[in-house]
Amino acid sequence: MMAGAMPEPAAVETSLARVFARRASWRLSEIVFWIGAFLILLVWPSRSLLINEIAILALFALSLDLILGYAGIVSLGHAAFFGTGAYVAGLLTKHGLSDPTLGLAIAAASAAALGFATSFLVLRGADLTRLMVTLGVALMLFEIANQAAALTGGADGLQGVAPGPVLGLFAFDIFGRTASVYSFAVLILMFLVARRITNSPFGLSLRSIRDNPLRAAAIGIPVARRLVAVYSIGAAYAGVAGALLAQTTQFVSLDVFDFARSADVLLVLIIGGTGYLYGGLLGAVAFKAMQDGFATITPQHWQFWIGFVLVALVLARRDRLARLGHQGMSFVATRLGIDLGKMGTGS
Amino acid sequence: MLTILFDGVAYGMLLFVLACGLAVTLGLMNFVNLAHGVFAMAGGYVTVILMERLGVPFLATLPLAFLAAALLGLVLERLLYRHLYGRSHLDQVLFSIGLVFMAVSATDYFMGSEQRIIKLPVFLQSRVEWAGVSIGIYRSLIIVICGVLVVALQAVLTRTRFGARLRAAVDDARVARGLGIDVTTIFAVTFAIGSGLAGLGGALGAEILGLDPNFPLKFMIYFLIVVTVGGTSSITGPFLASLILGIADVAGKYYVPAFGAFVIYSVMILVLILRPQGLFARPR
Repeated sequence: MMAGAMPEPAAVETSLARVFARRASWRLSEIVFWIGAFLILLVWPSRSLLINEIAILALFALSLDLILGYAGIVSLGHAAFFGTGAYVAGLLTKHGLSDPTLGLAIAAASAAALGFATSFLVLRGADLTRLMVTLGVALMLFEIANQAAALTGGADGLQGVAPGPVLGLFAFDIFGRTASVYSFAVLILMFLVARRITNSPFGLSLRSIRDNPLRAAAIGIPVARRLVAVYSIGAAYAGVAGALLAQTTQFVSLDVFDFARSADVLLVLIIGGTGYLYGGLLGAVAFKAMQDGFATITPQHWQFWIGFVLVALVLARRDRLARLGHQGMSFVATRLGIDLGKMGTGS
Repeated sequence: MLTILFDGVAYGMLLFVLACGLAVTLGLMNFVNLAHGVFAMAGGYVTVILMERLGVPFLATLPLAFLAAALLGLVLERLLYRHLYGRSHLDQVLFSIGLVFMAVSATDYFMGSEQRIIKLPVFLQSRVEWAGVSIGIYRSLIIVICGVLVVALQAVLTRTRFGARLRAAVDDARVARGLGIDVTTIFAVTFAIGSGLAGLGGALGAEILGLDPNFPLKFMIYFLIVVTVGGTSSITGPFLASLILGIADVAGKYYVPAFGAFVIYSVMILVLILRPQGLFARPR
């Protein structure tokens, strides 16, 4: 009886494949987003420095999204990897290796190695232990960078960072033109890789771990190994973001390891929403706009309002807000006669 | 050597008074409250204001610091915190970080960003030589006050009706409610007392720890260490943890200043890895 009602395994497989292919295909809204971002980059050269900052923050938030949004690991010390990347990239250019892309790669590798090493600490214990361990690791790195003043410049910061021209062609200028295009290009590339990762079977297994680790383990997903892998990948992403900051601002200060940086990136991701990759990007834009706006109203006390937004977001139940936003969007879309589900262009 | 030990003990006692409120909210009520230092800072600033503006003597400001911080705790608990008891840890972390940011900025706005120094009365400033050990009067006062508090807290938790109710409410809020225990009020009162103790600690410690608007951020990690390392099943766990932390911190800063806080963080991570439930707690 039951067997008769079940569809053929092969048919299930093809229909599943179709579902996943449609999920992974590019939506119109995504294409519009990137074209819009590219246009802003082109038509607004006077705000290059700001665009550069946003791109770096977006990449940083993207890296946290991989860890928090997809794998469900709560981290209070994500700045550890950002700072590692920044110092590695800074020290490399200072000591002769001035090619920026090579610097990015080495910074990413170092941050990934640190992520790999600390992931075993993070995997033990529940939320609270994770919070404390990630926070502790970041604080330890802060202390190391502070004490090893001979290498890092300590509290004075690392000076004399002078990266060579990007790809040997485009030199960094003081207006941040090259910097913004460079950061933006890196962001797009890293985003494409992240998109591929999250749509792969690996990414799907991460989501199942996030939603229910026990069940994920029961269907044969190697939970610990997957978490180690994604934590290292996230660390590499954060390292690249840090390296970009070091190269484009040509300075590294201790605050790359600061607790406030870890907290800020958490806020960025929460504003944008977790678990759909664009959260970090939208959040970065919103956060910078907010910071800019509050800073013009109260130059010294913008942090108060950032905190206020955070408290308000949590009290207003951010999950509900996200659902409301989604409903609103599909409502508008249906009014406009667009079917969000059928908007895929790749399938 | 013994002087360092003595200062370390005083420092540890102080940390315990500051952090024991967090031991209850974080450990017993399972609420990740990163904003605990805000209450301590409030207590410290109450003392500063009372002494500077109104000329109240230092010792008389201490109970007022306790009351003010407890009141602040009660108001915030009733208005904000109680909505978040059942929520995810991430939400609680975000919420309390937001509170810290607001408190830091607001304090900066109202009180100025510079470090505030509390001028202790003369009779507390002296040191006495006793059996070859130089003992600061103020630090002995801290040890006495904190020691009395530890004993009192332990007695309240284990010997009184309120303590029994609190433990019941924490173990299983549902069943406790079913037995007619007013869990909501108990949590609110406990939260207020914890905040008040933090305020008292902030007032007592302003001279030793320093007081500026970044206080909640600077000492957040210390409070968390006390609670996570000490475990949360009793008062004695966090108490011993604060003593160890205090002595280690003072001794570390004295003997190996180059390592700074590095030693403490590594010990904390080690403890968390080896005994996630805390050093002095039995695994549940």
